[in-house]
Amino acid sequence: MSGTGRERDDANSASVSHTSESAVLTSDAGSATEQHARELTWTQRLDALLVAALGRAGWAVAVVGALLTVVATMLPWTYTAEYPEDLTVYFYPAGPQLYVLVFAVTGLVLLATERIPPLTTLVRRLLPHGVGGTVRALSLGCFVLALAVVVFITGTLGGLVNVDPGGYLAVLGGLIFSAGARTLTSDTVTAIRGRLPDAVEIAVVAVAMLVLLFLIVAGLDIDEQQSFAAYVIFVGFLGLAATRAGAVSWVSGVAGRHYGVTVTAAFLVAFLFPFTQGESNRYLNVMANVLIFAVVAMGLNIVIGLAGLLDLGYIAFLGVGAYVGALLSGSQFSTIDVVPPFPVVLLAGAFAAALFGVVIGVPSIRTRGDYLAIVTLGFGEIFRLTMNNLNGSSGPDVTNGPNGIPDIPHLEFFGWNFGENLNLFGFELGYFANYYFIELVLLAFVVLVFVRSNNSRVGRAWVAIREDETAAAAMGVNTFRLKVSAFVLGASLAGMAGVLKAHLSTSVEPTQFQFLESAFLVAAIVLGGMGTVTGVLLGAVVLRLLPEKLRFLDDKRLLIFGLALIVIMRFRPEGIIPSRRRAAEFHEDEIDEALAHGLSAPGPAGGKA
Amino acid sequence: MSTAASPTSSPGAPTSVPSGAARETVLRAEGVTMRFGGLVAVRDVDLSVSEGEIVGLIGPNGAGKTTFFNCLTGLYAPTAGVVTYRGTVLPPVPHKVTQAGVARTFQNIRLFHNMTAMENVQVGGHTRTKVGLFDAVVRTPRFRREEEASVQKARDLLAFVGMPRAAQTVARNLPYGDQRRLEIARALASDPGLLLLDEPTAGMNPQETREAKDLVLRIRDRGLAVVVIEHDMRFIFSLCDRVAVLVQGQKLVEGLPAEVQADERVVAAYLGTPTDDVVDEEALEVEAAEARFAAAHAQPVTRAADTEETQ
Repeated sequence: MSGTGRERDDANSASVSHTSESAVLTSDAGSATEQHARELTWTQRLDALLVAALGRAGWAVAVVGALLTVVATMLPWTYTAEYPEDLTVYFYPAGPQLYVLVFAVTGLVLLATERIPPLTTLVRRLLPHGVGGTVRALSLGCFVLALAVVVFITGTLGGLVNVDPGGYLAVLGGLIFSAGARTLTSDTVTAIRGRLPDAVEIAVVAVAMLVLLFLIVAGLDIDEQQSFAAYVIFVGFLGLAATRAGAVSWVSGVAGRHYGVTVTAAFLVAFLFPFTQGESNRYLNVMANVLIFAVVAMGLNIVIGLAGLLDLGYIAFLGVGAYVGALLSGSQFSTIDVVPPFPVVLLAGAFAAALFGVVIGVPSIRTRGDYLAIVTLGFGEIFRLTMNNLNGSSGPDVTNGPNGIPDIPHLEFFGWNFGENLNLFGFELGYFANYYFIELVLLAFVVLVFVRSNNSRVGRAWVAIREDETAAAAMGVNTFRLKVSAFVLGASLAGMAGVLKAHLSTSVEPTQFQFLESAFLVAAIVLGGMGTVTGVLLGAVVLRLLPEKLRFLDDKRLLIFGLALIVIMRFRPEGIIPSRRRAAEFHEDEIDEALAHGLSAPGPAGGKA
Repeated sequence: MSTAASPTSSPGAPTSVPSGAARETVLRAEGVTMRFGGLVAVRDVDLSVSEGEIVGLIGPNGAGKTTFFNCLTGLYAPTAGVVTYRGTVLPPVPHKVTQAGVARTFQNIRLFHNMTAMENVQVGGHTRTKVGLFDAVVRTPRFRREEEASVQKARDLLAFVGMPRAAQTVARNLPYGDQRRLEIARALASDPGLLLLDEPTAGMNPQETREAKDLVLRIRDRGLAVVVIEHDMRFIFSLCDRVAVLVQGQKLVEGLPAEVQADERVVAAYLGTPTDDVVDEEALEVEAAEARFAAAHAQPVTRAADTEETQ
């Protein structure tokens, strides 16, 4: 934006409208009073009510609530040590109590800085939009955690009688803390513009990645369901608090400036994961499955996130690859007695899936929107039923029908047997590490394809089709051909993943390719953030990893999943990590800044690599 | 680009074209008709545009101006009629029309809202670039060259339309006037020989309208032919070399701005015919105009009735 008055006004009005939009999202108290009562959300009404009730005492109420919470963590929350992590000891907070204590103490410190002048200016420099939002997230975390633990104790030990007063006090303290914190005003989160020397920024990226690895490994190490659930809540609110403090947007800004470093660091961290597991295969197996899911989700991300084609039968392409992999694996149940080397099978799987993609794509792509979704859903089911019927009695004997192709041997790759433990740098790793590493390579490849095709003429045309198909056609984009190409590219990537999946799960059956799996894939993309790499990877990991750890929810998994979908779509429809637009806003800020410093026109879109 | 040397003045072209005789005809639409069921939105419209000419297309709301544009650009396949661009018949396929050299903007802005201004313009250049997926993934030298050229061209075009600093701004965050200008830059990116502008100044303030007029003139100076749909009469009559008036799907008048401006039928089509409080002298004049207008309309009305019966 240039400095002329009119344009400046336009920029201001744009940012104002954006602010009010995000105010609705984050239910910001400050702007609530200015808005017409009719437009207020229930959270804003609640805030207004609390401000009216507590007036200037809000800060004191929050401090009292936080202190109560701290005291509560020093008390036992239950009578018996049967509840995991032993919450019965005085002055010895454990597990969830520790999480609550961390939130409460951090909240207290931040509250204190508001009333200690030298600290206030310091904090203002670090958190330019005030501590209000952060404290609010922390206080809500205290309340939700305490409440969840009380519910778990009730559920696990049978009845409310098992809750010690300490537990009730924690819930009460959290509630008061929250009520007080909601009256604190806070500006909307804006990107922190400060830049540090490159070396420091790269270190920040590295530390952020290691923290991520630590959080995942620490989470996997927790065996008890209740403790894990508490841990997830803790991490969730930690993330929320960090977002409100602006730390997340700052780190993602830094990561955006050092894109290559970030990607490398992310893959390095993923590479390090098996070394945290010793010889144990338990979570390597889980993570290997998570990676397959992530690869397929990234492939579908091209179709949905870039080209905007809602494909509800995508799992069929994974199925094609898996069947190709199984048939060419040398399994005794395979109807084909040929065992080509692995790279050939991988390409065969990709090719077969691409062919299937053309066959399905060419007729389906002529439909738009909802109709495309229905047509692809139909083709997905047709694939599954066909595989079910190619059993020798209702069709030629190819797939053994519902019995599938079991007993698929481990991969052999240039004398590297995937069934043996892996020796790497003197570390003995469980044999699933083989699969984990090769999938990591495949994931890196798929991410590369995604990013590079996205930042190209073809990718821009895909996004243009998603944005406005008619306008794209009028700008000279051959929409039909490009949509088919997105469809086929996505299909071939899923086909490769399928070949690996066949060996990983040692058996391929039609039931593995139900519609529900396609729905999960779409959900991972929508939850994570359509068209982004980090978002979709995060969505895939969360959607596949959490159910593995939260086994006690087994029969309620879909219920919880559905609720989570509704909640996220209500409060964050753009996904956990929103795409392009936000990145571009960062850029805009940088341009503003550059202009403010008297620099000339902005450079090219350099950060994109 | 032209294959066949087309005759410079067709029988359908008006005789009043200024200095058109020496120039090549870029666009020729003959007998374009668009029927939606029983409704005839565009009926038998002829229009030809020469190189470096700015032609205005005006008419009351619902006269079929935008429908006519859609017929020209292949968004609609006309029920009857032929559209030729420099002697080649245009197929009713949008991307092929753009490929041939006809670009357009939209009445209600249709930018790719979540893409940056730069990316919008780059998409506009889609047909003039070639690299495919393989080049993109492998990052071949060809890809780098073309991508660089594409960025440079987009930057030039953004500068040309007067928004050099907005390259990295997401389209939806641009001010309204800039969005209109970006649409023009995006259309220009396909290196067209003919640009169709659908209400380029709608919703603009007088200052922005002046800038838009200046921009259209500069586009003309690049050697492009321009057809403009517009409701702002001052804009049209001060800008265009020639103006055509569409009323109820038919071309009512075509000629020099001054001629069209003075034509009573045009006034009647826009303002309707006065009914009361008219001084006698004027009333007589109006009656005459009314009669002419009615005569002009008698034909289409009956024809429309005919088609309804036959269907």
